[in-house]
Amino acid sequence: MRFQTRTSPHMVPGHSVGHLMRQVLYALIPGTLAMAWFFGWGVLVNVVLSVLFAVMFEALMVTLRRRPVGVTLGDSSAVLAGWLFALAIPPLTPVWVLLVGTGFAIVVAKHLYGGLGYNPFNPAMVGYVVVLVSFPRELSLWPSPQGLMEGPFTLWQTLQTTLTGRLPEGLDWDAITRASPLDMMRESLISGQTVHEITRSPVFGSFSQTEWEWAGNLFLLGGIWLMYRRVITWHIPMSMLLSLATIAGVFWVIDPDQFASPAFHVFSGAAIIGAFFIATDPVSAATTPLGRVLFGIGIGILVYVIRTWGGYPDGVAFAVLLMNMVAPTLDHYTRPRIFGHSGDGRG
Amino acid sequence: MQLHHFHGGLKLADHKAESTTRPLLTLGVPKFLYVPLSQHIGAQTECAVRAGDRVAKGQRIGRAKDYICANVHAPTSGWIRGIVEHPVPHPSGLSAPCIKLETDGRDQWGDDRMEPWRDWRERDPRSLRERVRDAGIVGMGGAAFPTAVKLNPRPGKRIHTLVVNGAECEPYISCDDILMRTYPEAVLEGARIVAHMIGAEHVLFAVEDNKPEALRALTDALPSGEQDFIRIVSIPSVYPAGGERQLIKVLTGREVPSAGLPADLGMVCHNTGTLKAIREAVVAGQPLISRIVTVTGPGIREPRNVEALIGTPFADLVAAVGGYTPDVDRLVMGGPMMGFAVGDDAVPIIKGTNCLLATRPQDATQPGPVMPCIRCGECTRVCPANLLPQQMYWFAKSKDFDTIQDYGLFDCIECGCCALVCPSNIPLVQYYRFAKQEIWERERERQKADLARERFEFRQQRQEREEHEKAERLARKKAALGKKDSEAADKKAAIEDAIERARAKKAAQSSEERSSKDRERADG
Repeated sequence: MRFQTRTSPHMVPGHSVGHLMRQVLYALIPGTLAMAWFFGWGVLVNVVLSVLFAVMFEALMVTLRRRPVGVTLGDSSAVLAGWLFALAIPPLTPVWVLLVGTGFAIVVAKHLYGGLGYNPFNPAMVGYVVVLVSFPRELSLWPSPQGLMEGPFTLWQTLQTTLTGRLPEGLDWDAITRASPLDMMRESLISGQTVHEITRSPVFGSFSQTEWEWAGNLFLLGGIWLMYRRVITWHIPMSMLLSLATIAGVFWVIDPDQFASPAFHVFSGAAIIGAFFIATDPVSAATTPLGRVLFGIGIGILVYVIRTWGGYPDGVAFAVLLMNMVAPTLDHYTRPRIFGHSGDGRG
Repeated sequence: MQLHHFHGGLKLADHKAESTTRPLLTLGVPKFLYVPLSQHIGAQTECAVRAGDRVAKGQRIGRAKDYICANVHAPTSGWIRGIVEHPVPHPSGLSAPCIKLETDGRDQWGDDRMEPWRDWRERDPRSLRERVRDAGIVGMGGAAFPTAVKLNPRPGKRIHTLVVNGAECEPYISCDDILMRTYPEAVLEGARIVAHMIGAEHVLFAVEDNKPEALRALTDALPSGEQDFIRIVSIPSVYPAGGERQLIKVLTGREVPSAGLPADLGMVCHNTGTLKAIREAVVAGQPLISRIVTVTGPGIREPRNVEALIGTPFADLVAAVGGYTPDVDRLVMGGPMMGFAVGDDAVPIIKGTNCLLATRPQDATQPGPVMPCIRCGECTRVCPANLLPQQMYWFAKSKDFDTIQDYGLFDCIECGCCALVCPSNIPLVQYYRFAKQEIWERERERQKADLARERFEFRQQRQEREEHEKAERLARKKAALGKKDSEAADKKAAIEDAIERARAKKAAQSSEERSSKDRERADG
């Protein structure tokens, strides 16, 4: 009897790339829902539209590059990139911002570098940074939960605002938006207030603004689930959050009036979602265990530096992109010791 | 006993119960046996019989003509029907020279059967080693390296510990398990013989903890007075704990140096099947002519362990255990992690065949679309050699063979953990095999080129020397010729001189005559 010959292993493989990506998507759901709860329909509209655009651009690029479209879309990596981009963008952002961002993420940052596995920079963050520097005004307007509650913002109104870029009659941006905690901290410190005075504001919860804390908690939950499922390892998220907390702690101890607490930094802005969902993008991160720890530490420090002394309220996207640049170097110098070798593994 | 860990590895579903629930089956003598001449690592064995010869059971039919080589014996009595090209179990799927033996069913030993040595303790290690060599024993865990070579002491290396490898870490394979359950005394005696041969003070007998019956059988068979000498150690079932280097790490916490051998740590490692074969060779005078093979997998109706003669076609073993299931599509020699698929079940079992695994389409990786590497690092997490498979993949793909060696290519044991966990379905091990082959090929090319250059340079040198010598000879000849010429010229000059002188004399004489005549005339 004759058989076909194939290479080992002769077993059912564990996971597929699509499986891994979908695990990450599931882990994003609780945090995304929390954000939608606090910031309204706009969060979901952003996610749906960005994912749609990202998949569209992916299909377009794959077709142009003459690759099998079904196989590539099946890996769900475009869905993930679109989703992460959407979470970085304030709700009610005009649709063209989403188009530019997802287009840049998928077309330039991903496919012009060779597609999945070949992009040196995190596509979602490239897209976000492009729109951040191109549309600074639109990207600073986060709706305030209180404002939304006073004048409920329907799904229809949200869609209208997103598609036209104009608010419905009778509403104005000042009434429904509010500075994000990092913005508030930055502006108030510049205007001479102390950290203590700022955090006494009623919008603050235990560490940061209540809604950001809650979203952070739920993203943290998703992240821990990802570690439990072994989709990501502890190296990057833990080292990033610990280094952010440590450096924040040092300055906070030195001068608690001028520098916000470590907990504020961890629970504000994109720190948690960045640690578990963005910095852990394996393609653009370091890949050796020690390299990943250094990669995380680098991001943590850069986030703090940019937030505290830089020109932007949050720095996760910039920090991730900056560390993407050094990832290959980190990998080169942090090779593990090979079995049976002495010293640093280059024996 | 304090056990240790090696990096990475996988906990795999062991699938051993399928084949261990039925007792060992001894297969009868088939009509034809195909005994390959090359069943081991090293030089090919030289055929020692001719078509038409009648051979007895255990008669040597293939002669080891090299140090790293192994004898081959007739598994039963019969007639040699030729040296034929026959498919053999090899990843290439090619055919190789096999001795075709038509069996006579009498299974008769010849007169030259090796003498049983029940008194092996009185024999010196050298003659025991010679016996192992004569018996054609090779490593039976799958690698098939000639055992006598491994038993030969290296100068300056004292061996204090014999490690017996009964780990059998690959899923599905259970031939060692059944061997230890069925013949625990013989395996232990083999361990004693080897310890005696190499002068080891201790024996560490490692068995994975998923084989409690084997552990119990060995413990029961071990006399209480010997428990300090032979220690039976239950080790955690983590693939690939049965890799020689990994096993030594688990048992001792020490790592065999990358370019070295276990002997560098004073240890030698042998598989249980090999020990049983050594015992049979020494105590029963029986060369290696049969072995236990696990015939298993979801593609087999009644998975079971079968003791069969070397040279029995795979198909006969499968038929003996109820045949294939209808949807079988792959037949593997070895386990699911490191085994290779064979194209034809006419191939015979050889000394290193530990398992026949038959699978259905749903049981194994299909050659689906390979996705790009996303550097998730799962391969790094599971690599027992602590390599960076995802980086090595890049270098293999870009044929950067210097860098890939720097990343430890030759420390890769090809266990297959990385390829199994790869979410992108990349056949990683295949890439490393490719890189190794390319590097060996280049090394051979380089050596060939070096030799050619040496020859060329030597030839050039010789030609130059010859030219030089010729020129010198010529010059000497010329010089000699020149000397002759000048001598001749001297002679000529002397002659001329003489003539001149004679003429002058003559002239002087005649003038004298004339002047005297004139004087006479003047006088007169």
